[in-house]
Amino acid sequence: MKFLKDKQTRHDFVTYAMCLVAFAIVFFMQSNHMIPRMIAGQLVPITAYIVMAISLNLVVGIAGDLSLGHAGFMSVGAYTGIVTAVALESVVPSDPIRLAISIVVGAIAAAILGFLIGIPVLRLSGDYLAIVTLAFGEIIKEIVTCLIVGVDSRGLHVIFNITGNSTIDDLHLLEDGTAIIKGAQGASGVSTYSTFLAGAILVMVALVIVLNLVRSRTGRAIMAVRDNKIAAESVGISVTEYRMIAFVVSAALAGAAGALFGGNFSQLSATKFDFNTSILILVFVVLGGLGNMRGSVIAAALLTVLPELLRQFSDYRMLIYAIVLILVMIFTNNPQLKAFFGRVKDRFTSKKEVAADAQ
Amino acid sequence: MSSLTGKSLNPVMNRRSVIASAAGLGAMSILAGCSSNGGDSGSASGDASFKIGTIGPLTGANASYGKSVTQAVELGCKDFSTKELPLVSKAEDDQADGEKAVNAFNTLLDWGMQALVGPTTTGASVAVAAECGNDPETFMITPSASSEDVTKGKDCVFQVCFTDPNQGVNAAKFLAEKYANEKFVLFYNSGDAYSSGIADSFKAQAAKSKLEIVDEETFKDDSATSFTNQLTKAKQAGATMIFAPIYYTPASVLLKNAKDMGYDVKMMGCDGMDGILGVEGFDTSLAEGLLLMTPFSADDEKNADFVNAYKDKYGDTPDQFAADAYDGVHAVVEALKEAGLGVDADPTEVAEKLPEAMLKITVDGLTGKLSWNDKGQVQKDPTAYVITDGKYVQA
Repeated sequence: MKFLKDKQTRHDFVTYAMCLVAFAIVFFMQSNHMIPRMIAGQLVPITAYIVMAISLNLVVGIAGDLSLGHAGFMSVGAYTGIVTAVALESVVPSDPIRLAISIVVGAIAAAILGFLIGIPVLRLSGDYLAIVTLAFGEIIKEIVTCLIVGVDSRGLHVIFNITGNSTIDDLHLLEDGTAIIKGAQGASGVSTYSTFLAGAILVMVALVIVLNLVRSRTGRAIMAVRDNKIAAESVGISVTEYRMIAFVVSAALAGAAGALFGGNFSQLSATKFDFNTSILILVFVVLGGLGNMRGSVIAAALLTVLPELLRQFSDYRMLIYAIVLILVMIFTNNPQLKAFFGRVKDRFTSKKEVAADAQ
Repeated sequence: MSSLTGKSLNPVMNRRSVIASAAGLGAMSILAGCSSNGGDSGSASGDASFKIGTIGPLTGANASYGKSVTQAVELGCKDFSTKELPLVSKAEDDQADGEKAVNAFNTLLDWGMQALVGPTTTGASVAVAAECGNDPETFMITPSASSEDVTKGKDCVFQVCFTDPNQGVNAAKFLAEKYANEKFVLFYNSGDAYSSGIADSFKAQAAKSKLEIVDEETFKDDSATSFTNQLTKAKQAGATMIFAPIYYTPASVLLKNAKDMGYDVKMMGCDGMDGILGVEGFDTSLAEGLLLMTPFSADDEKNADFVNAYKDKYGDTPDQFAADAYDGVHAVVEALKEAGLGVDADPTEVAEKLPEAMLKITVDGLTGKLSWNDKGQVQKDPTAYVITDGKYVQA
């Protein structure tokens, strides 16, 4: 256990352990039917949002690029994932394997798109980058709204409905065919296949990828670019390359999360992945702490459940949600509270050190 | 990035303001508790009531539809309660979103819901219907979700309203019969499942019925504030009648734009246009002569009891959403009687036995004589109304 001596590594392993323990508890409770349906139904979305928060934190917190179009990558992953899963229904009957394939395909599709979008977008920085990513998020949404996709025994059929005049009938599907994406109606009436186990695995994979990336040479280069672009360039770090790495990895993870999310609902329209969803994920990241993956995991889980727990307030639900959000933001940024927690932490660590010295 | 690191934010936060905000929060939750309308409601008190859940957008852009549905379900549960079968209802908000609708549905199941009369919107209903079809099954009847995907492949899911294709076909047939010589422009919301669903089937039937469609215009939710461009194009194409399967809010804008342009054009809508006379700040004289196909009219004599009761309780005139929801509760009660189930029926038992009973019953409801086929779709006669002197008159 020598590697645990390193403070950062220890911190990472605490994060892994925390997630594993949380998942173990949830699995235990689920198998004993101790979870109310309200929470049980949210388990998969929660894991998807956690992966989204982790992936966005890589771009916003580690690479320092404010991206406001992250839900766009999620929708790409969701739709490619659904199309893959439905298209493979006859070839691969096993749901878990199909889910795994659809997650991989969703991640690859989102990564490719992330790369293409990254070429123009990463020439910018700061506020300009934020606005352009926002625009790309909206463009992705509009493009997905134009898609009509169906599958039958002859293969996959796609219409890009730019004029708005085509319908599912224009696919000319055979009798055995199914329409998967129906333009504005979205993917509607598909069977669901996502499971919490898959979500938990995906969260762990995303954590391992992102934390290892951050602690690697590449990660240090990404952070160097974030902290001082000119200094980084002067020591021979390619600014565009490292920002692109962060952006593409982040897009791929968002695509994977989208595929998981898409497989959990029988109906999914492009409007689900609008600007509001992007902002929601950014809220998870900011609340959890920029660059703090553990914080992102906790914030995403709590803030997804919170609106549902507030249902008893009926009409005032979203108002209270907003107030809670404001209060939490203020509290977590309060210098006095920060100092207080700092003192508590110091006391604990110093006690430990004293104990270690005594031995 | 400095704006996000939080360092530029330096909130002045002392102990007093913390306490004040905490107190404010507490006070508000008490207030919220008082005026809560999401709680249990119904004539019967105590535990021994049949629990009917309903879901709809109670906040957000589509809140008026959700309010109509949940209020009518509440009223229906009160009216159809009997000594043997007391009913109690509970409403949950879904903001017309599939994900939130599933959450609302699960919350209702935790409450002990035995049958669901909802959700209100199509996307939400497709998502919830999939959950209802999963083991253990739950019985669901949606008042107003009109896509075929809602009921497809699920035994325990039913609809009170017409399906979208059904509406488009009926409208085209009606127009071919009465307005065969007009030149039509098809005007719809290409970003909306309901609107584009009807438009697609209307187009198909119009080709069969030899209606002349000279132009097709579309819009999306975020551009629904002015339709002057689309109307100008339609006018140039020589259209004399608009077929607009859209909701009433954009329809009111459309009528206003046409009037302002001096474009004298006839217009027909579907059930989503019901409610146009109630749009705030809308000059109802613009709607004179507007045709719409809807199964319910609040001006009809035979519906007076329901309309008055609804007005007394909620202060609004009920629209077709409310009527469909009321009929939904009615259907559940009739089916329960047919199946011989009582208040203590298990939700899975309800889901198992009600579908069979639904095929046997005929409900004499507000929206006509309703019966159901084995696909879960409703069979009832479509009625076209024309707005004359601010009232619906059968066309």
